Amino acid sequence: MVVSILHRITGGGLSVVGLAVLTWWLMAIAGGPDSYATFAGAASHWFGTLVLIGLTWLFFQHLFSGIRHLLMDTGMGYELRANKAGAIATIVGSIVATAVVWAYWLGAFA
Amino acid sequence: MSIGKSASGVGKVKGLGSAREGGDDWLRERLTSLALLLLGAWFLLSLLFLPKLDQRTLAEWLRGTGGAVPMALFVIVAFWHSVDGLKQVTEDYIASDTARWFVNTIVFFVAVAGAALCLFALGKIIFGAAA
Repeated sequence: MVVSILHRITGGGLSVVGLAVLTWWLMAIAGGPDSYATFAGAASHWFGTLVLIGLTWLFFQHLFSGIRHLLMDTGMGYELRANKAGAIATIVGSIVATAVVWAYWLGAFA
Repeated sequence: MSIGKSASGVGKVKGLGSAREGGDDWLRERLTSLALLLLGAWFLLSLLFLPKLDQRTLAEWLRGTGGAVPMALFVIVAFWHSVDGLKQVTEDYIASDTARWFVNTIVFFVAVAGAALCLFALGKIIFGAAA
């Protein structure tokens, strides 16, 4: 239940915020070093970094629950215990993956 | 609401049964999700393995075939998947046909504009004068 609605919320967040940031990022790279500096400045600000960390978590959560939904489309994992374990695994996995990536990235835009 | 044929008599009277359409949307959402599985992994791993994330490094990466082609695909498939996904959400939460059509149309226009901006930026990175 929770993971199913999370899939929609994370999908909505990625669609709106994620694609907006992707567009801004590509435009900034295309605009040259000065325009990229504006993006990098926003990205290294604490709030910008928070948004990017949030997007990373949205990405992983949507990715993992998406894989889970694809597997369930094939009829796998409907038994109650396996289903719950799979749902929890997507949340644990997305948090761990986000932490690993940002342990590596913190300060990358500074 | 369905216009399809139901197996049972009472179902026919009530107009129940398969709509016999919409299956392509369902399938395309799954196909684009599979593509995004690969392209999303490529995008994240590329960013992780690039030596630096400054403008010069990123532009150089996106100018090459191995950067430009997957990025173009990533942009197109990501916006497409978003339109399909958001449509599924509006279908469940917006009851009025008019309002839902309106929202879906705005989502579609914004997504096409966003994808066009991204591809324009990518084209500028690839073909623009090397700064």
